[in-house]
Amino acid sequence: MAANEEVEPEQMGRSPRGAPRRMTAAETILARAAGVDRVVPGEYVVARIDAMMMHDIFAADVLGMLETAGIEQLDDPSRATVVFDHMVPAPSVAAAEHQAKARQLVRRYGIEAFFEIGRGICHQVMVEEDRVRPGDLVVGTDSHTTTYGALGAAGCGIGSSEMAYALATGELWFKVPETVLVRLEGRFAPAVAAKDLVLFLLRQIGSSEAQYRSVEHAGPGADSLSLAERMTVANMGVEMGAKFSLFPAAGATAAHEATGYAAVHEVDLATLSPQVAVPHHVENVVDVEEVAGLRLDQVFLGSCTNGRIEDLREAAAILRGRKIAPGLRLIVTPASSTVYRQAAEEGLLGDLSSAGAIIEGPGCGPCFGGHLGLLAAGERCLGTHNRNFRGRMGSPEGEIYLASPATAAASALAGAIADPRELAATGRRQEVAK
Amino acid sequence: MTNAPRPTTRFRGRAWLFGPDISTDMLSPGQYVHDPVEIRLRHVLEAARPEFASQVRPGDIVVAGTNFGCGSSRESAPQHLKDLGVALVVADSFARIFSRNAIALGLPVLACSGVSTTVNDHEIVEVDVVEGQVTVGDGRALLHADRIPAQMLDVLGHGGIEPMLLALGRKKE
Repeated sequence: MAANEEVEPEQMGRSPRGAPRRMTAAETILARAAGVDRVVPGEYVVARIDAMMMHDIFAADVLGMLETAGIEQLDDPSRATVVFDHMVPAPSVAAAEHQAKARQLVRRYGIEAFFEIGRGICHQVMVEEDRVRPGDLVVGTDSHTTTYGALGAAGCGIGSSEMAYALATGELWFKVPETVLVRLEGRFAPAVAAKDLVLFLLRQIGSSEAQYRSVEHAGPGADSLSLAERMTVANMGVEMGAKFSLFPAAGATAAHEATGYAAVHEVDLATLSPQVAVPHHVENVVDVEEVAGLRLDQVFLGSCTNGRIEDLREAAAILRGRKIAPGLRLIVTPASSTVYRQAAEEGLLGDLSSAGAIIEGPGCGPCFGGHLGLLAAGERCLGTHNRNFRGRMGSPEGEIYLASPATAAASALAGAIADPRELAATGRRQEVAK
Repeated sequence: MTNAPRPTTRFRGRAWLFGPDISTDMLSPGQYVHDPVEIRLRHVLEAARPEFASQVRPGDIVVAGTNFGCGSSRESAPQHLKDLGVALVVADSFARIFSRNAIALGLPVLACSGVSTTVNDHEIVEVDVVEGQVTVGDGRALLHADRIPAQMLDVLGHGGIEPMLLALGRKKE
């Protein structure tokens, strides 16, 4: 299904003809941001950051660190964005105090791009609000900053201290990563989605090969993916350990130019089937058939991975006019207020609610394990989110499975992990019968 | 980032052995994110080794398998280890953001392939961070780790990013 060729390191700096090879997408962006013509993997550069993003968990820490250090102003406040999306609305007095402090510091440092609770998940909001452009170098206090690779921007997560330094100076050091090329062909079969592709990549490539590297997706299969689909794939690049997960502009990587890559993988989208990540690691991925029938307590549809309008449509199409299984909880969290309103206008929220779902306000929901749907010991959840580490969603004795919106919806109906292709086939038969 | 003092380079301490894929959700569970530090520290690594948080002593060394610190960008993950007195982390390999965050906090991290299958739990380990040498159990094994890049040693030498920001703040006054 996937071919893997390791490339000899000594070939990496040169094309077959001996001329300097064309730089990969990550190298091109880092060279531009560092103000140099050329960079090579392994080199350290100090690069100017185009966009910096913080969310409510860390904004107060970051800006508070600057205040304590006596930094009076940011290098460039117009490059900074703050989005409140994790602990929203504040579920405790401690969270409320933390957010109040962040609001005050956001004003003090003149950050105009501030998005209050309810606007949505930071990565979705950054894209909707045009805070990231193709070719940008972006850092965020959130590991899923790799999502901006969908736009051809190099995004990576950093911690609070490094963010404080970046805001104060406008720059940060970066190690130029090697690049792993994923060449995509073909189109998805019915009921197979971008989430299945990225889970399959985790299964095939995993974190040992992609660690510290940039993953570059190219080929006709990549060009055929929508922005939402590319966001899903780039989002989970970090689960492979990747620094960036990039979709360069369409056709940027022709087959004959594929030099300079540490490894090359080929995937035919048409051969993929629904995938499920099983506890307690994102790389523990199996075909849905292997876990079908496993009883569930909760299904979660949302997150920066799969909380977009396309995902809600996919789930609503399966759940419309039906009821979720008795004893199962279905939590739906639209990724942003824009997604929420559109879903309301299209009648999707009504469909999902009628099927038995609870609709939460736009935000991260229970994905990061803070609130809004944590698990008790012994409970089992299947979600469309991005991590299934032990203790991620509450009790360390809970179990988390990760899958596509279609698999989540089919599973919610069944009360157990279910193959969405069976429903899709039934749906098609019903259409024909009409 | 220049003229940094040299960081502390040699450590000797008791090892706490962990397997692969120790995540930030284990190091700093999301449900305690706004709880007071003393409560958060009680839950550090409880999903992997429930006795760790109460029994770890200042100067102890965390030894782990591949992909240590995978997951979120939360800096509380290395901060909690530092708060518990962990002197450094030696692992077969690290997740990228965790290793950057640890260095940014002045907590040395050393990637040393094979360390988790060589060191026994609670064994004494000696580490030279600059030379990249790990001596196990008073010399029964000697392992070579990846050298820490100059940029990272520079940050470690300053004691992390925060002291660097303080210096920057003083300069701007």
